[in-house]
Amino acid sequence: MAMPAIISIQDLTKTYQSGFKALKGVSLDIRQGEIFALLGPNGAGKTTLISIVCGIVTPTSGRVLADGFDIVSQWREARSRIGLVPQELTTDAFETVWDTVSFSRGLFGCAPNPAHIEKVLRQLSLWDKRKNQIMTLSGGMKRRVMIAKALSHEPDILFLDEPSAGVDVELRRDMWQMVRALRESGVTIILTTHYIEEAEEMADRIGIINHGELVLADEKSALMQQLGQKQLSLSLLEPLAQLPDALAPWDLQLSADGQELVYAFDAQADRKEISRLLRALNELDIGFRDLNTRESSLEDIFVNLVHRREGGTA
Amino acid sequence: MSFNHHGVWAIYKFEMARAKRTLWQSLVAPVITTSLYFVVFGAAMGGRLSDVAGVPYGAFLVPGLIMLSLFTQSVSNASFGIYFPKFSGTIYEILSAPISPLEAVIAYVGAAASKSVILGLVILATGACFVPITIEHPLWMIGFLLLTAISFSLFGFILGIWARSFEELQFVPLLIITPLTFLGGVFYSLDMLSPLWRAVTLFNPVVYLISGFRWSFYGMADVSLWLSVAISLGFLLVCSVVLWWIFKSGYRLKA
Repeated sequence: MAMPAIISIQDLTKTYQSGFKALKGVSLDIRQGEIFALLGPNGAGKTTLISIVCGIVTPTSGRVLADGFDIVSQWREARSRIGLVPQELTTDAFETVWDTVSFSRGLFGCAPNPAHIEKVLRQLSLWDKRKNQIMTLSGGMKRRVMIAKALSHEPDILFLDEPSAGVDVELRRDMWQMVRALRESGVTIILTTHYIEEAEEMADRIGIINHGELVLADEKSALMQQLGQKQLSLSLLEPLAQLPDALAPWDLQLSADGQELVYAFDAQADRKEISRLLRALNELDIGFRDLNTRESSLEDIFVNLVHRREGGTA
Repeated sequence: MSFNHHGVWAIYKFEMARAKRTLWQSLVAPVITTSLYFVVFGAAMGGRLSDVAGVPYGAFLVPGLIMLSLFTQSVSNASFGIYFPKFSGTIYEILSAPISPLEAVIAYVGAAASKSVILGLVILATGACFVPITIEHPLWMIGFLLLTAISFSLFGFILGIWARSFEELQFVPLLIITPLTFLGGVFYSLDMLSPLWRAVTLFNPVVYLISGFRWSFYGMADVSLWLSVAISLGFLLVCSVVLWWIFKSGYRLKA
């Protein structure tokens, strides 16, 4: 894919006044028209990264281009192309839905366009609520209002910071649908999340950020293979002194006390491998009292990736 | 897009709509308060108070009361206008919008000042119902009205950015603006004071603002007109410089 970068982040750092280093030299290109998911635990630097691109936080060093415009020296051009839906539900209380969305459009320098506002409100199932005061709406509806505000000025780039935080299943489905529809219309979408499922469901590419560093950015398919690692642990009846040669093909790991056998395998791989392994154990008369399987979690991936980095082999 | 006029207009309209929603609080309450001053000082006590330099006491009060409302309403309108988005978090939208600090100030301060000027004129009309009023220098009157509304709205805007709680937001108006105003010649002429108090009062900048404004009505002043003009412009300048620094440094707005 040789799609041009719509956002180009170069060596971005942010040290807050408290001395906390939220970003430690992040470089990342977001491709035009893609859905990019920024995945990471709380406090990893996701929101700081987004806030810098949107102009809410001042970077300590580094450079960001949005649609070719420098966010510092050409902030006006850059910002008018970006829409932001922040994590917190922060809306006015007394304005009507229609007024607040129209306000956002004006704020971003666009002439009034009731037809566009209507389109956005209908798309988000807010049309019936357009005359309601925002404070009368439910939490899910308020989040829709925030999305509508972010879309009011027809941005090319949309940031969704933790879009499914505090959102019910139905709205999450709707939102995913809407995000896909937006992408169809040519909008580039960057979302942050700490749910793997969300990234898996939505994204074309996934970036993993931890402790202010971009650990990895890759196509979803490539990453999901790593995320798809599973482990099968067998608690043995009798401890083994060493692994029998017959079990060599499975690359098993034997615990130090010889009580446990661990088999790591790819969840998408041939399922028959497990039954073959169990049959082999049976033939060797190795009994086990318990078995369990574990999927590698996001945390494992982090640990793995961070380890690999620190080991200097990445 | 070198000037985001849609953005300025959006904020201005938003702020004016807020006043419309709270019409009672922003217009009716100050008018009632001012009317009470007229009733108490003008009608009840005014007859016993002598004229001030040939101006009946009730009429003498009017410019001072307008200034009093102008100070307090400009500060509270402008400070609340920017404090509340900070408090509720909706400021994210202003900060991420393609709107320059100057444009935001024009919108917020412009709206706060507009409201104050409207209120000032309403109080003037209210006063005219109670006492005969003459305006000898209408252009100067409008000039002082605008200058004061704008500079105190700027001051309020700074206060709103500085404040980290509702207490801090109330602190400055209650403990600084109100005493300075009451001791700044709203209710009396400096000539009525003893020489010592007169000398002390001259350190109160509000004296110059009220004196200049009253001069535009009755041609009488406690201090020289040009000194009033200089102090008014000086205050505007100080507020502008502080605000310029705030935006340059991101003070209490941006991390």
